[in-house]
Amino acid sequence: MKYIFFLVLSLMTANLVGQGYKVGDVAQDFSLLNVDGKKVSLADYKEAKGFVITFTCNHCPYAVFYEDRLIELNNKYAPLGYPVVAIMPNDPEVKPADSYNNMKLRADEKGFTFPYLYDEGQKIYPIYGATKTPHVYLLDRDRVVQYIGAIDDSPKDEAEVEETFLADAIEALIAGKKPDPATTKAIGCSIKTKS
Amino acid sequence: MLRYVIVGLFLSLSFLGSAQEWSVDKVRVYQTFDEMEPLLHPQNDTTYLINFWATWCGPCVKELPYFEEINQTYADQAFKTILISLDLEKKIEAKLIPFLNKKGIKSEVVLLADGKAHRWIDKVDPSWSGAIPITIVRRGDQYAFYEKEFHSEQELIDIVSPILNHK
Repeated sequence: MKYIFFLVLSLMTANLVGQGYKVGDVAQDFSLLNVDGKKVSLADYKEAKGFVITFTCNHCPYAVFYEDRLIELNNKYAPLGYPVVAIMPNDPEVKPADSYNNMKLRADEKGFTFPYLYDEGQKIYPIYGATKTPHVYLLDRDRVVQYIGAIDDSPKDEAEVEETFLADAIEALIAGKKPDPATTKAIGCSIKTKS
Repeated sequence: MLRYVIVGLFLSLSFLGSAQEWSVDKVRVYQTFDEMEPLLHPQNDTTYLINFWATWCGPCVKELPYFEEINQTYADQAFKTILISLDLEKKIEAKLIPFLNKKGIKSEVVLLADGKAHRWIDKVDPSWSGAIPITIVRRGDQYAFYEKEFHSEQELIDIVSPILNHK
């Protein structure tokens, strides 16, 4: 009986870890290496009213589709207190295109106006529950998760965008409202691990 | 001399023949998910192994040979593999077709061009996060969904055979 209890308990915790954050959960801060060689934490942002945590990478075409749109979002919303913080979650040994060095090159090439952090040891993305790139978590100033999912409804073709999910979610927070929808789904590249 | 030329001609023709197996008209393109949905819900007794993939997706490309192998293994049974590509429609000719020829893909390949994935991801399976590859086994009402990468033909046989052999 005791064993069954432990079994159930371990299954439950395994499940919790596997699922990551849901809207309403408080997200964990981190200290990750940026492409400029400095560590970045959310706590560094004293003035922030929230954070656009974006799991993204170099190699995935769906991540690349959104590079320019992420720069635009950051340029618009960082001054309003909602900076983009990009995190690269892949194991570079599996995807050399996503190595720290290649991250630096890409950030340079594109002129990222936001930090592009390396999730060294792949410790942060499983806590958030990111499954793919790109995958966005919008947090409020208390790091409460307010929106999870896609940036907009048309990755492949920006001209076809009808719904700007992420921008709408940020606007909702600015207006003191809850984002609706609070979650969306999009196609992306699975996060690359060794297993 | 003439004999060599003829043999050479035949060889190059047969080479061209096998190299040009796939062409743009052989890949059906679905502009909307709704148009493609019947493919996911076949009304017959065949067991379908359906895989969502793309040439740009590393793990997808890695597992593709196992889908080809199982397609051979069960060639004489009521079994069919369908590969649903999420490649860009405008890259069909430049990327998808050369890839299919290079890899010698024999399975049915279709392309889903519907870019509004947030509308159809849950219709494929509500548990799907949106990452590819995914794999579906379906025979009538029997259904299994996998958001993972397969590492051998045997792993595919393990998920297909219970449904294929079900009386």
